[in-house]
Amino acid sequence: MKIALPVDSNSRETGICPSFGRAPYFLIYETETKKSTFIDNSAIASQGGAGIKAAQVIIDQGATILITPRCGENAAEVITAAGIKIYKSASDSVADNIAAFTQGKLTVLEEIHPGLHRHGAN
Amino acid sequence: MGPTKMKIAVLSGKGGTGKTFIAVNLAAAAQNATYLDCDIEEPNGHLFFKPANLQSEKVTVGIPFVAEKLCTGCRQCVEFCRFNALAYANNKLLIFDEVCHSCGGCILFCPEQALTEKAKVIGEVQRGISENVTVLTGMLNTGEPSGVPIIKKLLEKTATDDGLAVIDCPPGSACVVMESIRDADYCLLVAEPTLFGLHNLQMVWELVRLFEKPYGVVLNKCLDGDNPAEEFCREKQLKVLAKIAFDADLGRLNSNGIIAFRANQKYQKQFAQLLQAITREVQHETAVNP
Repeated sequence: MKIALPVDSNSRETGICPSFGRAPYFLIYETETKKSTFIDNSAIASQGGAGIKAAQVIIDQGATILITPRCGENAAEVITAAGIKIYKSASDSVADNIAAFTQGKLTVLEEIHPGLHRHGAN
Repeated sequence: MGPTKMKIAVLSGKGGTGKTFIAVNLAAAAQNATYLDCDIEEPNGHLFFKPANLQSEKVTVGIPFVAEKLCTGCRQCVEFCRFNALAYANNKLLIFDEVCHSCGGCILFCPEQALTEKAKVIGEVQRGISENVTVLTGMLNTGEPSGVPIIKKLLEKTATDDGLAVIDCPPGSACVVMESIRDADYCLLVAEPTLFGLHNLQMVWELVRLFEKPYGVVLNKCLDGDNPAEEFCREKQLKVLAKIAFDADLGRLNSNGIIAFRANQKYQKQFAQLLQAITREVQHETAVNP
């Protein structure tokens, strides 16, 4: 099973990024091998629709779980269409969140915010 | 002076400067005019004109529609769309109508012809009559990404009209403003006597020069004392066609939705003179730059 988390940098010390769509990287954690990989979020420079594109990125990585502090409605629509479950991150630490998830301590993200659309509107 | 066929665009770098006030009164001052409210996100010229015999027409844009049986999941459309209006999840193409900018690229690129265009209403154009003025109002539905198609429709509707057309532009200098001034014969820049007003004047001044439009300035809400916008006009030799004084009576007329030209002799005279001055400028321009 692959878990995706939005993160601020591609280093081991990185914290969780407060934005899903415009997170610079995604950390993909493989539960069987316990290996982590960093993926560039190509959506970060998008003029609009970043959440939709970021969702596409984690779908294409084969993630089945997303742990994130927040998620917009368009992104959530794509993510749930792909059958990915969204959990709310409990702290800023990647390791703590993965541990909490495996212990069944994370809750499903209920609050899907309306898009922060028109960031780079014309 | 007889009716001259010309299109005047009234613009400013920010809202609340007096574009609608100037545009409405200029149209009222002509023998026969069309007033176009291109401030499609919040058109308010109709509040002054209260046009009768309203007719409205919906404005639509084309957005993609997928025939799921034909889609093979190649994702060329997803990769093409720079607005990220498409995604592919669980063997299904998802289309986000409100993110789509109607460029039509996805439909062109689809190798399976699985995407076709469907019409989506984004707003409407209203047409009505107020004495000597035909009033055209563009209205964009909330949440739509771009009002340019509505402005195109408004301008299309005036193409055949004779007489004066006054284009009340949206504030700022973005795409919707560019579309509004594209066919204008003359641009009228409205400015307030503040530093912020000066900044906004510079923005639209840059725009009209970029479009190589003849232009003039109206200094609105003038008070005694410093007027940074006026100083700028003097320094850069921008032609000032009118100075309108800050006037509580005028504020009262405006806030009651009364057209100053039709209700007050002082403004009747001032706007008749402004219209004459613009007409002279346009005729001069046509003679110098045919």
